[in-house]
Amino acid sequence: MEFSYEVKDSYAEVKAEGRLNMVSAPKLREFVTGVIANGSNRIVVNLENTAFMDSSGLGALIGCLKAARQAGGDLRIAAVQPQVKMVLQLTSMDKVLTAYGSAEEAFSND
Amino acid sequence: MTRFLTRLVVVLTVITGVNYIAWRWVASLNWDAWWIAVPLVVAETYSLIDVMLFGMTVWKLKIRKGAPPPPHDATVDVFITTYNEDLDMVMTTALAAQKVRHPHSTWILDDGARPELKALAEQHGLGYVTRSEDWTSNVPRHAKAGNLNNALMQTHGEFLLILDADQIPEPDILEKTLGYFNNRRVALVQTPQYFSNVPADDPLGSQAPLFYGPIQQGKDGWNAAFFCGSNAILRREALMQLGLVGYVKETEKSIRRALSASRSAIKQARKSADVETPLVVQVLDEVEAATREAQHELDAGQPLSEITYRVRRRVDAAVQTLVMADVEALQADLEEIAAMELAHVGESGVPVVADDAVQRMSARDWSPLGALESVQAVLDALSVERNDEAQPVMPLATISVTEDMATAMRMHAMGWESVYHHEVLAYGLAPEDLKTMLTQRLRWAQGTIQVLLRENPLVQKGLKLGQRLMYFATMWTYLSGYAAVIYFAAPIIYLLLGILPVTSLSWDFFVRFIPFMVVNQLLFAVAGRGIPTWRGQQYSLALFPTWIKACSTAARNVWFRRPLGFAVTPKARQSGGPGWSLIQPQIVVSVLLAVAAVVGIIRLANGLAEPLGTLVNVAWVIFDLVVMSILVRAVLYKGYEPAAEPAVTERNADGV
Repeated sequence: MEFSYEVKDSYAEVKAEGRLNMVSAPKLREFVTGVIANGSNRIVVNLENTAFMDSSGLGALIGCLKAARQAGGDLRIAAVQPQVKMVLQLTSMDKVLTAYGSAEEAFSND
Repeated sequence: MTRFLTRLVVVLTVITGVNYIAWRWVASLNWDAWWIAVPLVVAETYSLIDVMLFGMTVWKLKIRKGAPPPPHDATVDVFITTYNEDLDMVMTTALAAQKVRHPHSTWILDDGARPELKALAEQHGLGYVTRSEDWTSNVPRHAKAGNLNNALMQTHGEFLLILDADQIPEPDILEKTLGYFNNRRVALVQTPQYFSNVPADDPLGSQAPLFYGPIQQGKDGWNAAFFCGSNAILRREALMQLGLVGYVKETEKSIRRALSASRSAIKQARKSADVETPLVVQVLDEVEAATREAQHELDAGQPLSEITYRVRRRVDAAVQTLVMADVEALQADLEEIAAMELAHVGESGVPVVADDAVQRMSARDWSPLGALESVQAVLDALSVERNDEAQPVMPLATISVTEDMATAMRMHAMGWESVYHHEVLAYGLAPEDLKTMLTQRLRWAQGTIQVLLRENPLVQKGLKLGQRLMYFATMWTYLSGYAAVIYFAAPIIYLLLGILPVTSLSWDFFVRFIPFMVVNQLLFAVAGRGIPTWRGQQYSLALFPTWIKACSTAARNVWFRRPLGFAVTPKARQSGGPGWSLIQPQIVVSVLLAVAAVVGIIRLANGLAEPLGTLVNVAWVIFDLVVMSILVRAVLYKGYEPAAEPAVTERNADGV
């Protein structure tokens, strides 16, 4: 699992490539905490190249959402793949998080 | 063959039981003494349902042949949970866990955060986990469930072997159990809890051979094997999934609750005396509009994260605008004052409101909303961060002090499967004194009743009918305290006052009652296949005050949010002399029973009572006294002396 980020106009885009599972989940949390510490509190996690996610991965996303909210911002997800979409539905997490089509769309409405 | 025989006896039990109880309801009630007749027949009906649920359990008795070989690449975390146990005990267990075959990481989950234990763990190359900084004093700690939930966030094994601090595992515990997880739907493998410090006559009834035997094997047959908190292996993915589903459910619930409370909170705020400044009124208008919109969005099924984000942004923006207006007015006033009293300004010039004033005064603690606590509480609850808990995701259920049962039930409701592996693979330490034992039983019973009242299995979505009844069966047995009181009262009332709850003790009674009783005992003998069940029967009746206390405290806790008076079961023997005061209610009842028997016999001698009724009731009293007699041995029990008994190191012969 590889993480990278880029600060855009109104948000920071975090890219997660590979499998977001119980092993890589803590790393995502750590990475996003770092991005927030660097001054971005509006974060889009781009999941375009995340082929697989398990419940631990989703749990880490919630941890990141909490951290972003506590910093006065928000965390959104974009470009989810079919397997990730299924996990979102299975755990009813789609009731909490919207999956945006692309990173650009995520914060386009505000 | 055994299965056929068991089922035959179950059928006979149901037939004879229903035959007897139906007759009792329809034709035998002594309505002149309804105040004892009705409670007695209700208690008997309770017992019939209890035995029918037991029959249903053993109907599907599943005897497993052992697991296939485990997958080599399965990653495992072994968790040893401890709070205040003796360090030697914890380390003995931890070092045994370290030696378990199959690659794994061993972690000591120290809720006591003891530096000495940390040092010992490091010295032996063991993992050591304490609560993260998220567990502030403002959030509930959730005891063992909290300890495990905290550790789950700091580790990443695919499977988790959970051990209490006293449960020393065998080296092959993982090899024997991991293979069951080749079935990807299996989330739990439970092995028996067996205690090595219990003498053969088991005065405290510590071993539970009926439960870790036919009952668990029967539940396994219904895919409802229970998770019992220790000596079990769990699949992380299943736990995390439970945590996520629980998170979404709790978040939605708390947002709905906050929205429905918002209207009255705003109304109340408008009425309150401090609301005279137009600023606050305007903020309230904005809050009202925002919450109304949030309600519409919620009803339209929009994602919770966005709904709450928008409310927060809208309210924050409103507060900021209004504070800004206020600050500008203040600045204008200052300038006006300065202009009027130019002479007094001196070198410092016109006073200026600090740059960050707007931001500072809009922040939560200083905002005009800060003064309106109820409104602020609504806004705080409109969030997805679950600020009332240390972590948003709580994989192990926290609705009960027996987190294990609640967790397993939720797993089953989500469609996961469970396995009961009938082979002792860990050896623990049972309480060695009555007081500790009573604390432990009380806690189990309280936890079970909490689950019944909070998440009644009979109405849980996702559970199959058989699973619902398996959970309900265990909960049902904990209601036995009330039935016991009636069973003690009935013979006392007859022997002292001559009042019989049945119309007559005739042929009609015996021809129905005796077959039921005989078949009932036969059922336990056949289903138990020779295991000792008498001790368990004694304690289920003799501990009636514990069961009643558990029901009443759990009900008060769930319905009125009163504390349970929860205590961690001490693993070390409690000092002090024999604790007769612990069994005061039982002593009173026993004395009453004995006095009643004597009075009954005197009444018979004087021709005031019938011979048959007296005989039956005196026999009943003797049975009750024999049952209670175990408590005398329990009070006098001085603890386990290994010298007197050969150490139990052999595997359970019944095992796979």
